[in-house]
Amino acid sequence: MSATKMYLLSVHMVEGQEPPSAETMQTMYQDVDVFNKKLQADGAWVFAGGLLPADVATVVRTQPDGKVLTTDGPFAETKEHLGGFWVVKAADLDAALALAAAGSKACQGPVEVRPFQDDTAEL
Amino acid sequence: MSDDRAHDEQPAGRRETERVFREEYGRCVAALIRFLGDIDLAEEAVQDAFTVALEQWPQRGLPPNPGAWITTTARNRAVDRLRREASRQDRHRQAQQLIDATTATPEERAAEEGPVSDDRLRLLFTCCHPALAPAAQVALTLRLLGGLQTAEIARAFLVPEATMAQRLVRAKRKIKEAGIPYRVPREAELPDRLKGVLDTIYLVFNEGWNASAGEALVREELCAEALRLARVLVELMPDEPEAVGLLALLLLTHARRAARTRADGTLVLLPEQDRGRWDHAEIAEGQTLVRACLRRGAPGPYQVQAAVNAVHSDETLDQRRRWEQILALYDLQLRLAPTPVVALNRAVALAEVSGPDAGLAAIDALREPLAAYQPMHAARADLLRRLARIPEAADAYREALELTTNETERAFLESRLAELG
Repeated sequence: MSATKMYLLSVHMVEGQEPPSAETMQTMYQDVDVFNKKLQADGAWVFAGGLLPADVATVVRTQPDGKVLTTDGPFAETKEHLGGFWVVKAADLDAALALAAAGSKACQGPVEVRPFQDDTAEL
Repeated sequence: MSDDRAHDEQPAGRRETERVFREEYGRCVAALIRFLGDIDLAEEAVQDAFTVALEQWPQRGLPPNPGAWITTTARNRAVDRLRREASRQDRHRQAQQLIDATTATPEERAAEEGPVSDDRLRLLFTCCHPALAPAAQVALTLRLLGGLQTAEIARAFLVPEATMAQRLVRAKRKIKEAGIPYRVPREAELPDRLKGVLDTIYLVFNEGWNASAGEALVREELCAEALRLARVLVELMPDEPEAVGLLALLLLTHARRAARTRADGTLVLLPEQDRGRWDHAEIAEGQTLVRACLRRGAPGPYQVQAAVNAVHSDETLDQRRRWEQILALYDLQLRLAPTPVVALNRAVALAEVSGPDAGLAAIDALREPLAAYQPMHAARADLLRRLARIPEAADAYREALELTTNETERAFLESRLAELG
């Protein structure tokens, strides 16, 4: 099957959790870098990035009257926030899950796999 | 979806069609899913075909190969329907797929189909995909492979029909939208994924075997359906010893159904069961399968469980030899799968071989990890009772009762507690 789908592989950070040691961070960066290069080489890569902590986020909301309300802080009042993500192309869910497993190993955390809508434009 | 089968007025024709429906539904739906690339369309098409069958078969008699007739009719119906609706955007892609499928060369189709020509295996792996919740896996398997109506599955699991319908809709949507593939997993993934399929079939059986509420008929049907699915799996994957082990385990357990309750519905423990009421054909088949898979020398949890049950039903051994062999089997299983539940089973066997003291010491080591596991408390209570440690036994029975949902089991534990005085 040549048809491919796009999936979001997202990594979630839990607020208040002790940050990993500098050494672990170093390994993590290296492993993620290797994983990213492999995604690119295999043609699965669309986009990826790590985010700064959610406490520097800002939410912009259009009110019913058309005015824009700007507030400090993340959208969701949860302890878990998006920490980074990959957007990948994969033949099917099994292929995406295999990529997610490799990504999870590299970034040393759980990875959520979510399909994009079918008509999502490819970059 | 309406159930047109209910409106037939010719009982003979209907019974015959029902039988074919039961035997062929999974195979037909599985073939149509591959052909149409869509579960809902496939179900619709197969239901349509059975409606046609109900009109035609009572007059013309059964076709020579009813399953093939249903599949062909369903396929033609689906093609007609898609042609009529091809202008609608959502059906356009499917129509195109059909055209592609009919224009592919036999070689292309063979390559796409892979080495396994029976689509039921693909369907089984899709229904039991780990990305679906276990409850959804069970429901989908019963619906798509067993041909059970949503209402029947809901009754079996004691949930409202609307809840079950919702669960099925959501699972089917996830398969489609998340892109769960319709294929047998590759070699590397197969052991893990096969375990998922075996666990689902076992869950179906257990639901029928252990549920005390609900209709007896529906429960027996679940057990029968699990047996049928296990047979299909063994037929399609004869070289998987764990699949054979599961079938043997189900047969050896199912064989005791008539002996495990009294006329008043109370539970009869294994040592007290009337062996004359066991199903000896099922025992013989189960034992033959156990011997066949043990010869392969690739033991797994289901094979060991099956072997334990084969020993229980071995008439050539006395009680003591039986427990010695069972203890050895649990030692083996503990090495394969060192879980607290396996350790508990081993402790129960140990009590029979080395005495209740030894068994109790082994169970006491498991009290923390199995604190919420009813059988641990029930087994502990029994050993304390046998050691005449009455107040402790009473406490353990009460803890077991607190965790018991099964009415038959509750009655049994309550009577034991009352006997303590």
